[in-house]
Formats: sequence, structure tokens, C-alpha cells
Amino acid sequence: MSSADLIPVLLVVAPILAAVLPIALGLRYDRTGWSVAAITMTGLFAAAVYLASVVYTDGQVVHALGNYDSRYGIELVADQFSMLVVVLVAAVAAGVLAYTRRGGPRGNTFYTAYLLLVGGLLGISLTGDVFNLFVFLEITSLATYALVASGDGPESAVAGLKYLILGTVAASMYLIGVGFLFMATGTLNMVALADAIPAAERPTLVRAAFAFIFIGFAVKVAQWPLHTWQPDAYQQAPDGATPLIAALVSTASAYAFGRLLVSVFGVDYLVSMPYAAEIVVAVGCVSVLAGTTLAVIQRDVKRMLAYSSVSQFGLVIAAYGIVIHDATETALVGATVHLIGHGLMKVGLFLAVGAIAISYGARTVDEYAGLADNRPVLAGAMAVLLISLVGVPPSVGFVGKWYIALGAVQSQLWPVAAVIFLSTMLTLAYVARLLEKMYFTPASSLESPHRSGAIVADGGDDVPDGVADDTALEGALERNGDPSGSPARNRVGRGSPDDVSFGMVAIVVVVTVVVVVLGFAGGAFAELLEPFLTEVLG
Amino acid sequence: MIELLANRYAYLLLFVLLGIGMYMIIANENLVKKLIGVNLFQTAIFLFFIAMAYVDGGAAPIVPNEGSEVASPLPQVIVLTAIVVGIAMTAVGLSLIIRIYSEYGTLREDTLREVRADE
Repeated sequence: MSSADLIPVLLVVAPILAAVLPIALGLRYDRTGWSVAAITMTGLFAAAVYLASVVYTDGQVVHALGNYDSRYGIELVADQFSMLVVVLVAAVAAGVLAYTRRGGPRGNTFYTAYLLLVGGLLGISLTGDVFNLFVFLEITSLATYALVASGDGPESAVAGLKYLILGTVAASMYLIGVGFLFMATGTLNMVALADAIPAAERPTLVRAAFAFIFIGFAVKVAQWPLHTWQPDAYQQAPDGATPLIAALVSTASAYAFGRLLVSVFGVDYLVSMPYAAEIVVAVGCVSVLAGTTLAVIQRDVKRMLAYSSVSQFGLVIAAYGIVIHDATETALVGATVHLIGHGLMKVGLFLAVGAIAISYGARTVDEYAGLADNRPVLAGAMAVLLISLVGVPPSVGFVGKWYIALGAVQSQLWPVAAVIFLSTMLTLAYVARLLEKMYFTPASSLESPHRSGAIVADGGDDVPDGVADDTALEGALERNGDPSGSPARNRVGRGSPDDVSFGMVAIVVVVTVVVVVLGFAGGAFAELLEPFLTEVLG
Repeated sequence: MIELLANRYAYLLLFVLLGIGMYMIIANENLVKKLIGVNLFQTAIFLFFIAMAYVDGGAAPIVPNEGSEVASPLPQVIVLTAIVVGIAMTAVGLSLIIRIYSEYGTLREDTLREVRADE
């Protein structure tokens, strides 16, 4: 057994074990959370990169835990598809961690939830059987509920509970699907299932399983009309936690759904399943349109970006629909590239939004006026990321959309191509609104409160409760004639450039550069995925 | 239909329980009762797994008797894990409800909506 065999286990177990440390050490020392998380993440990132290099040169790495037979044991599988997500999770989590050093929530409990989240996400990416996928989904979700609820205002607890109830029902739906699959085939291992499903004696059970699993993931990936938890969760989570949640949680769920489609049910089987492709494509397309339309009418920037996630994941699901319509390789590459690219764009955008909220005190679209003059670097990075979100080349956002549209055209699914085009126009609508505010609207009297706001040296925990809610923010516009008094200004207007460290801005810029560079390297994804694609699509 | 009732009554009962749980989640205004609804929903799924593993006249899978049939142990292990997940979910949910109660002074969702709309 070579050393690479053990790395998948290390990737899953290390963060979950390390998650205990911040709380345990917190009994004695005050702020050890960041150090523990930083040491763990450095190790995980190095391990993920090493494992990726092994997988992309020598093929997939499989580890059977405790050497049990895979029929009833647990398997961890690292292949070309999963390693893309593993590297994304490790890179994004490390980047967000560096950002939270200065900008984030700082309590030890935050880092416990953070490490649990990373462990769950890596577990989702690496697990080789459908039941452990449920367990890791729930570990991820539980950490996310806690992170969402750790926001400043009481609203965050409401958002967290809403997410908890919807998320648990979704995971339970998935579990019912797993039960049906087990009844039909008698196994839970993904490789064994792929062989057993086409031969199953009772195809109705498999179809029911697919339906339940699809509904479960439609909630987890936030597809319209099951998306309602996502805007609340993204908006109410602390600024340091939103990038992590937005970039990774739904991405990992979408990856897991794609994994089930191509490696468990099998594209060949799904092509013959009546209406499967049509329903998946329809749900994806409706989400694309509904998400962008709802994003256009939002005033809060975080909420707007959350609705934009609904539409971008709609694209991924629609791409999966194209894949199971007639097994096109192009659409699967597009879905994967778009998953990775969207994760990177959203982490950059939410990091920038957090930094802007701290340094400029802006949270609604109107408050972004004059940003380009006062914070040129942040505004520039955000502009590039937003344009990438629209899908303008050269950026990774374009590559993903291009492959998906190409796949739709190859499969003669013209309505999907039309939806992609229409959604690009609508995305441009909300992006342009923000860009216009940032670059062409001079900072009005809105500016003055920021200048007079008290400079809080510690950008961390000491935010007063109850001022971050919707109404306070929406009311901020009317109050801008009265710079000093209103309580909402305590938070919104305390901004000063000193609150944002050089490192925080640097990370936003690095993410932006990566998004553009990956745009040039788009074809490389297809090459990396090649062995996997030939295996699952034949 | 009668044959179905006679042979598969466990599954029918479980889906009734599933429905009750779902109904509580959707229709009940009280947050704690909503969470109990989620628990019922999950319990129905656990029972579904156990019913699936049941073998007529089979022994418990812990100490297999020689020669006799044994109920499938895998779903039972799965249910054990799923119960732990469910407990963790309930704990997080209840702590969130406590936080909501201390902030807003209510457990009812309709009152909560009014309070939040007033702010």
C-alpha cells in the first residue's frame, strides 16, 4: 500500500478530528481556533494537491476502510471528477481562512464549525457509497446551519432554522431514495450499484429512487421553487462564512448529484428512463430564469448574489439534463467547469462584498455608489468577477456556459440554448445595475456617514446585535441625510480602509486572477476529465 | 388491494406516518411542533429501512443461530447512524428555537412573521 492510498482517509478524518481542538483548547486559551484551522488547512491543501497529481497521472485511488469487503464496508474513491471538487474545496477553504484572520468571526466555535464543514465537504467528494453520502451531506448541513445562525442579528437564527427544516427534509428524501435503491439491488456501493441497477428486477423501484433523490438534491442545490432557504441563509450568515457556504455547500451537493447520475444510475440507463431528462432539464431551465429574474429586483447585494446562485446552479442541473438526454460529453464538461468556476466566482464576490461592507459600509446596491473612486482595487476585482458571472470571455464563467450551450446545441435542445442566452441578458441586467452604481454614480451624501463613523480597530466579534436586519438596511437610504444618529449606521457606517487588511484585499485579487487565468485554461479541464468521461460515457 | 393491505401493511402505515410528519412541518405554526414533525418524518424513514430488512421468521443479526435465516444487518446499521444524525439535527434545531424565543419572545411562526414585519 503506497502512501497515496491513505490520503483520502486523511482528507476526511483529519478536519473532523481537528474540529474538536478549537473548543477543547478554548477551555484554556482564548484564540487558538485560527491557528488550529490554519495548520489543518495547510496540511489538507498540500495533501489534496499531492493526491490530485497522483490521480491525474496514475488514475483513480481507491481506499477500502479497514479492508472490509466493499459490499458492506466503506470505500473512499478519488478519481478525476472528484479531485476537481476536492482541490476546489481545499483551495477555497484555505483562502477564506486567510481572510477570516482579520475580517472574520473569530470565536473558537466558528473554527469548529468551519473544520466540520470542510470535513463534510471532502467526505461528499470522496465517498464511494450512497449511504455515506447522506451522512456527509448531513455533517456539512449541520455545520452550515450553525454557521448561518452565528450571524449578528436574530434574523440569522430564523434563517438557520428555515434552512435546517428544509435541509433535513431534503436529506430524508434522499435517504428514502437510497432505501428504494437498496431494495431494488441489495447494495449501497456506487460501483456495485452501477452494475446492479440496469439489471434490477423491479425498475419501478429504481425510478422512484431517482425521483426521491432528485427532489432531495433539488432542495440542497436550491432549484426553484425549492430555493427559498438560500437567499436567507447567504444574507444572514456572517461575512466571513458566506463565501465558504456560497462557494462550496451547494457546489458539493450539485457535484454529488452529478456523481449519482453518471456513476450510479448510469447515463445509458437514464437515457431510457421515460421523462427523466425532460424533467431535469425543465427544473434547471425554470431555475435559471426564476433565479435571474429575482436577482434583478433585489436591493441587498448579498441577496442578489444568492439569487444569482439559484440561476447558475440551474444551468448546471440543466447541463446534467442534457447529459442524460443523449449522453453528450460536452455538457458534462460544461457542468463540471461551471461548478468549479461558479464556486470560485462566488467566493471572490462574497469576499469582496464582506470587505466592502467592513471598509465602505455598503450593503445595498444604492450604497455602492462611488465605490470605484474610494476603493478602486476592491471595485475593480468585483467588476471583473461580475463580468465573469455574466459569461464574458476570457473568464471561467464563459468557458462553462460555452460548453453547456454547445452541448445543448449538439443535442438539438434549442430551448435550452435560448434559456442560456436569455439568462445571460438578465444576468447582465443586475450586473450592469451594480457596475453603474460603482463606476458612474458619484458618492452622494451617502459618503459622509462613512467618514464620520467610528473607526473600530477590531473588525471581529464586537458588532452590536440586531442592527443587521433587512429593514434597517432598507431604511438606511432614507436616513442618509442624518449621518450620525441612526443605530443602523453603527454597523453600516463604521467603515474605514484600516479595517481591511492588505491580505484580505490580496485574496480577493488572487481569486479574480485565478478566475481569468482559468478562463484561458478552459480546455485543460476537458483533458483532465478525459479518462473519467471515457469510463462513464463510453 | 386487500392482498396489498395484508402483505404490505407496514409500508402503508409508514407512509401515513410520513404524511403526518410532512403535514406537521407545513401546517403547524409552532416551531417546536414543526421540529417534532421533522422527527416523525425521519422516524418513518427509519422504520421503512427496518421493515425492508425484515425476514419472516428471521433471527436477530447479532448472534446468528445455526441454520436459521437472519434479518439483513446492513439497513439496521444504517438506521443506527441515521438516528445519530437525527439527534444532532434535533439538538441544533432546538438550540436555534431557544435563540429565536429569547430574541423574539415567541414560538409561533405567525407571530414571528408579524414581529419581523413590524421592525
